[in-house]
Order: sequence, then C-alpha cells, then structure tokens
Amino acid sequence: MDRAAVAFEDVTCTFAGRDGARPYTAVKGVTLSIGEGEFVSIVGPTGCGKSTLLNVAAGLLRPSSGGVRIQGERLTGINRRAGYMFQAEALMPWRSALGNVAAGLEFRGADRREARRRGEEWLERVGLSGFGDRYPHQLSGGMRKRVSLAQMLILEPPILLMDEPFSALDIQTRQLMENELLELWSANRKSVIFITHDLEEAISLSDRVVVLSAGPATHPIGEFAIDLPRPRDVAEIRLTPQFIALHDRIWRSMKEEVLKGYAQTRNRTAA
Amino acid sequence: MKRSTLRIWQALILVLIFVAWQALTQPGLLPPVVWDNPDRAAFFFGEPVKMFRVIWTWFADGTIYKHLWVTLEETVLAFVIGSLLGLAFGLWLGLSSTASTLLDPYITAMNAMPRVVLAPIFMVWFGLGIWSKVALGVTLVFFIVFFNVYQGVKEVSPVVLNNAVMLGASRRQLLRHVYLPSATSWVFSSLHTSVGMAFVGAVVGEYLGSAKGVGYLIQQAEGAFDINSVFAGILVLTAFALVLDYAVTHTERRLLRWRPAQSETEQL
Ligand SMILES: Nc1ncnc2c1ncn2[C@@H]1O[C@H](COP(=O)(O)OP(=O)(O)OP(=O)(O)O)[C@@H](O)[C@H]1O
Ligand SMILES: [Mg+2]
Repeated sequence: MDRAAVAFEDVTCTFAGRDGARPYTAVKGVTLSIGEGEFVSIVGPTGCGKSTLLNVAAGLLRPSSGGVRIQGERLTGINRRAGYMFQAEALMPWRSALGNVAAGLEFRGADRREARRRGEEWLERVGLSGFGDRYPHQLSGGMRKRVSLAQMLILEPPILLMDEPFSALDIQTRQLMENELLELWSANRKSVIFITHDLEEAISLSDRVVVLSAGPATHPIGEFAIDLPRPRDVAEIRLTPQFIALHDRIWRSMKEEVLKGYAQTRNRTAA
Repeated sequence: MKRSTLRIWQALILVLIFVAWQALTQPGLLPPVVWDNPDRAAFFFGEPVKMFRVIWTWFADGTIYKHLWVTLEETVLAFVIGSLLGLAFGLWLGLSSTASTLLDPYITAMNAMPRVVLAPIFMVWFGLGIWSKVALGVTLVFFIVFFNVYQGVKEVSPVVLNNAVMLGASRRQLLRHVYLPSATSWVFSSLHTSVGMAFVGAVVGEYLGSAKGVGYLIQQAEGAFDINSVFAGILVLTAFALVLDYAVTHTERRLLRWRPAQSETEQL
C-alpha cells in the first residue's frame, strides 16, 4: 500500500465547538487508500464529513489525529500534487474567466502570454471558448463550474480532489462533462477522489465507490469495486443490467445511513 | 419616469428654489412680515441674483481659478495619501491578528476623536500653506479607507482563498492577487465618502487659516459681512463637489467592472 496516491491513516477530525457549543467529531478513524490512477467516488449522507475528508487530503485542514500520505510521503502543509475543485464558488470574482483559468500557471511563474494561451485552450476544452473575457458574475452557475474544472486541470495535477463538481449542472450538460472528465482521466490516469451525493454518478464514473456512514464520527461502512468495462459512456452505462444490480446493492447498504443522517441533521438544527 | 423628464423636473425644482429665495429676500418685493426693515432678509439670507453676479465676476476676471485649483490640489493630495495609508494599515492589521488585537483600542479611540479640532495643531506643525489642509483631510480619509480595507481583508471568501492556495499562490501572491483586489473593491465602495471627506478637510482647513482656496474666500466674505459672496462661495463649492462626485462614479464604473451591478440587462 506504500504507493497509494492518497492514503488516509486513522484520520479523526473534531471541530471545536464555538460559543459554548459542544465539540463535534465529524469524521473518526477513517482509513482509506486511493491507488495510483484509481478513480474513487465517496458517497454519503449530507453533512457527514465528505468535504472535511477532502480538505484533509488537500492539506487545508489538519486532522485532530491520524494523517495522510501522498504517494508514500507524509503530508505536512498544502498538498502540492493535488488539484482541488471546491463545492462552493471558488473563482476569483475580479478575474475574467480566462484570468481565472490561467491563474494557476501565473502563480507558478509561467510567462503571462503563454499562460493565457493555454488558458484559451482549456476554455475551449470545457466548451467556453469566446467566454474568456466574462467575469464570473456574468456566467451561469454551470459555466462557472466548468471554469473551475479548467482552472484545476490546466495545472495537470496527478491527484484530483473533486467535491460535488457537477451537482449544479443540468443532466445533459452533466453527462457531457462526466464523459469529458472520463476521457481526460483515461488519457493520463490521474488519481481521483470524487465526492458526490448522486450514487448513479458515482457508479458510472468510478473504479470504486466508498460509502460513508452518517455523522457524527463518520467512517467508511462499505466499499464496492465497480467492474464495469471501460471506456464508458455515462448515459448508456446506466441502462446495463450490471449497473442496475450494483446500484441496487450499494443503495441498500446506504439507505439506512441516509435516513439516519437526515434525522440527525434535523435534530441538530431543531435542538 | 423617463430619464429626460426626470432631469427636467430636477432642474425645475432648482429654479423654483432660487425664484422663491429671490422673492423672499429682495427688499421691497413682498410686504414685510417678519422684519420691519425691508433690507433685513437680504442681509441675513442674501439674494440669488447678486450671488450669481458675484460668481459671474469671479469666473469672468479669473480670480476664482487659483482658489479652486488650490482646493482641488489639497483634496486630491489628502485623498491619495489618506487612501494609501489606509490601504497599507488596513492590509497590515487585517492580516496580522497580533497587531490588530494589540492596536484595537487605539484605533477605536483615534476614530472616536473629533479630528477636525486637530486643524489648529496642523497649522502650527505644517504652516498656513496647503500641507496643513492636506494633513487634516488625510486624518479624515485614512479612517474611512482603513476600516473598509480591514473589513475587506477579513471578509475575503475563505473558499476563494483556499482555492488560490491550492493553485499554488505564495503568501506574496495571495496578498497581490486575492487580498488586494478584494480590499480595493471595499476602498472603492467607500470612495464617495472618502473623496467627500478629503474635500471637507481641505475647505475646513482653508476656512480656519490660509491665504488661498475657496474656503478662504468664504471666510474673507464672512469677515466683511458680505453674505452674497458667502453664499456664492458655498454654491461654487457645491458645484465643485458634484463634479468630483461625478468623476468618482466614472472611475468606479471603469475599475469595478467585475462586480455585479444591480441590473445589467439591455433595455430594448
Ligand atoms: N469549521 C467547522 N466548524 C464546526 N463544524 C464544522 C466545520 N466544518 C464542518 N463542520 C461540521 O462537520 C460536519 C461535516 O461537514 P462537511 O462539510 O464535511 O459535510 P459534507 O459531507 O461535505 O456535507 P455536504 O454533502 O452537505 O456537502 C457537518 O456536520 C458540519 O456541520
Ligand atoms: Mg460538502
């Protein structure tokens, strides 16, 4: 397991309660490893700690105990080998779409003109050529997500951390983007941790689906290898009997947790 | 209301105000009600016709230009220096929590202090030239910009910040590409107020002691009980402030193009 791209080792994250609130243990004792070039989806009920885990893998959040190894090395500080696509809006509102896409290259000291040129290329790949000079507020939510995707991929990081990247898109655009992502991924096998609340999306994209329990003290409760043939078309694969069988199996193991998670979130807000 | 009709109405109200003013103050036009002496009203409130005559002569013989120029100079200097200082301090305190907790009571105290009373002290320090007025304006502008930048730094979206970090931004680059743009947008949102304050600093400073500037003109006229010239000066100042404000709006529009405006759809 030494060469795992990302290995969580007994990660526990406890958030200090503010203003007299009790401390909250979001994830507890998570041990999970993502192989080199593997596409792993993590599903789990809302509020269970998926984003928290991804922040740990990115090096943005230090776990209360345990740690992360990146390609065998212990992670301290920011994970320089990872690209992160955030769940929330993360574009710099004062930069145009092109400026946002090219930002990473500029930060890394690339020549400005060259960075812009590659930015244009990437905008085209995510279907936004001609929108380069728009500011984020002039783009639709889905377009902004695509800019974020290009912004991450232009740096060609070996590890991709994606937090519900396509949940804001309509189903057609979403499937287009999913296929595009699969194509990019299979071209030069990056390791992907893909978070979603959509089980179908998880199955159709991944090599492996990890199901998390409801919070607090979230931990993986099931791992399912997805042995569907590749290359896949996300729209077509959903119709195959294998897919449906897998979906059924995973969903049955999840259902209880989803209901539990929902009830807990409700109780916490009610209390 | 349509834009042109709106403008016409606005102009009409202005004309109406001056007509009413003239009617109420011109000696002998209306039978005296409040004062027995018909010249009293004109003595206290001036007469618009005479005011405009004063303004006319100021512009015709060119005496006003050097005063306007000095006031403008002071305003711009106070604004630029105050903004830069406010920006620097705001960034510094916004980014260093040690410094901000340490200095917090002093900042609050200095902001609470009525700083206009510093004007005489600045006269002693910087003399009667433009710099004492600039200093007064700076103290007024500084705090507005400072608090806005401080706020701006504190309210940078953590997600945008984390995203920039993940894209490989160094600390310097974060400052340059995330904190500074975010802070400047806050500076611009306070631009109208701070330009106004720079102007107030300049005029009050001139009024309290100087040899040039529109504030000085007003102060001179007051000394001679020349009420028409006082109001003429006030009118010139007001018009001047409106022009400044217009210039600010224009710059703002150009520099904050990335910010969502209220409505941007084209009306067909
Ligand atoms: N900074 C924080 N301070 C306190 N509690 C936090 C903090 N961040 C997250 N939490 C809590 O930890 C839990 C997990 O949050 P997280 O954002 O990881 O959920 P998630 O699985 O990504 O949910 P969703 O699917 O809705 O995005 C939540 O209950 C949340 O309230
Ligand atoms: Mg989340």
